[in-house]
Amino acid sequence: MHTPAVVSVLGEDRVGIVAAVATALAEAQANIEDIRQTIIGGIFSMTMLVTVREEAVAFDELQRRLARTAEDIGVQITLQREDVFRYMHRI
Amino acid sequence: MYISPEEIVETLTMITQQNLDVRTVTLGLSLSGCTHPDVEVMAQRIYERVTSAAERLVPVAKQIEREYGLPIVNERIAVTPIAQLADATTAEDLTPLAVALDRAALEVGVDFLGGFSALVQKGIGDGDRRLIASIPAALAATERVCASVNVASTRTGINMDAVLQMAAVIRGTALATADQNSIGCAKLVVFANMVEDNPFMAGAVHGSGEPDAVINVGISGPGVVRAVVSSLPADADLTSVAEAIKATAFKITRVGELVARETAHRLGVARGIVDLSLAPTPAEGDSVAEIIEAMGVGRCGGPGTTAALALLNDAVKKGGAMGTSSTGGLSGAFIPVSEDAGMIRAVESGALSLEKLEALTSVCSVGLDMIAIPGDTATETIAGIIADECAIGVINAKTTAVRLIPAVGKKLGDRVHFGGLLGEAPVMAVNEWAGTVFARRGGRFPAPLGSLRN
Repeated sequence: MHTPAVVSVLGEDRVGIVAAVATALAEAQANIEDIRQTIIGGIFSMTMLVTVREEAVAFDELQRRLARTAEDIGVQITLQREDVFRYMHRI
Repeated sequence: MYISPEEIVETLTMITQQNLDVRTVTLGLSLSGCTHPDVEVMAQRIYERVTSAAERLVPVAKQIEREYGLPIVNERIAVTPIAQLADATTAEDLTPLAVALDRAALEVGVDFLGGFSALVQKGIGDGDRRLIASIPAALAATERVCASVNVASTRTGINMDAVLQMAAVIRGTALATADQNSIGCAKLVVFANMVEDNPFMAGAVHGSGEPDAVINVGISGPGVVRAVVSSLPADADLTSVAEAIKATAFKITRVGELVARETAHRLGVARGIVDLSLAPTPAEGDSVAEIIEAMGVGRCGGPGTTAALALLNDAVKKGGAMGTSSTGGLSGAFIPVSEDAGMIRAVESGALSLEKLEALTSVCSVGLDMIAIPGDTATETIAGIIADECAIGVINAKTTAVRLIPAVGKKLGDRVHFGGLLGEAPVMAVNEWAGTVFARRGGRFPAPLGSLRN
């Protein structure tokens, strides 16, 4: 099952955030469809639209892996199914 | 279709900073197949029906919560009004059925289960009589079971005999749970125009027009609405305020719609309704009173409060109705005193009285809710309060309810602590001029002219 999802990353800017998140996603065979990233007042903010291949790695397993990545690099990472944003912001 | 980072941040802010959540995912279950002449056998059948049908409710809701990153605060169960099963048995005491429901709720991991209920708006049947008489003992013997009794409707008028009986039952329940601050009364609602698909406790039941099993979802989000209203310029006119609330209610409702759809799909049961209610919690900021104050009323309860609440309630419905085609339940802002930090402040500062709360119930859902009153309040006074609330509901064709806690041993100015979502209630002043005659006249308050719609 290919599940569209949103990864959001928030934290103090440092070297290697994008690399660490992208590596975790690649290892789970989750494809990155789009990335938007900015730095506001030293705070790193990134949102990624990804497709999670659940037959490779289950959704909750990917959430656990990203939680470990978040801990390793000291940022906040959330992975949520994309429908919640689509339902809320699109008619 | 790309979702902008601003939209993603808006959603995350709503969840992490403004208490956006789905308040309840409630599984409605028919118990019509559980009847048996022996009350103990019926209790066992009820236990088996609830535990097997609701086995996956909590795990599925928790999974959806994780996948969407959206808190689902409660999973609950509503069952067929137990009085409808009571005719199968001659047992006087129906407490064993409540105990079975309580055990089943514990087993499947839900905090409240509604349906120890009867509908007696036109008359009290024998099963109804036994159920009503069992309420104090049943609520004292259980933790999770909620009871409700419908005593009035626009179509039938008010059953004043039932009103008086329920006033006595409220006092009896307070006494039976006196050692726990009369907490039994927090699980007991007296209704006019009860709805049969309400997902919110303590008044949830699974009505006779419902399928075997159904998922109903109650949305929430007072914190989100308050944040939006607070962010408006101080000179924004009320049209702009209504517009902002409406747009926010749409977004909140869409989340509820998504959760209802997903939960029903994964459980393989019918999708019921989304209840468009603003349900406050004791958490700071998650308050309906604070929305009223953000709209510019000095303190909730002050002049302007009824108008502000009416505007709020209406705007929530308009936004919500765009967000889902399955509106239902109570769908209106709740004003439970003990569960809303802003309401408690308003009461303690003298801004909000029982009479003002009564006025507010004419423009919102659902009634005099979670209000502690002195433990020595007379039965006739409580009956008078119930009758007044029923009259507002019956004449205006809306649901009203009374959930009063005459806390044993407590007097004006004391606080009654319930804990958790039930919060803490300041004991409020009650007008002592009810007399003893009106409530004891009994009979049926006739259905209003407005009931003749055909």
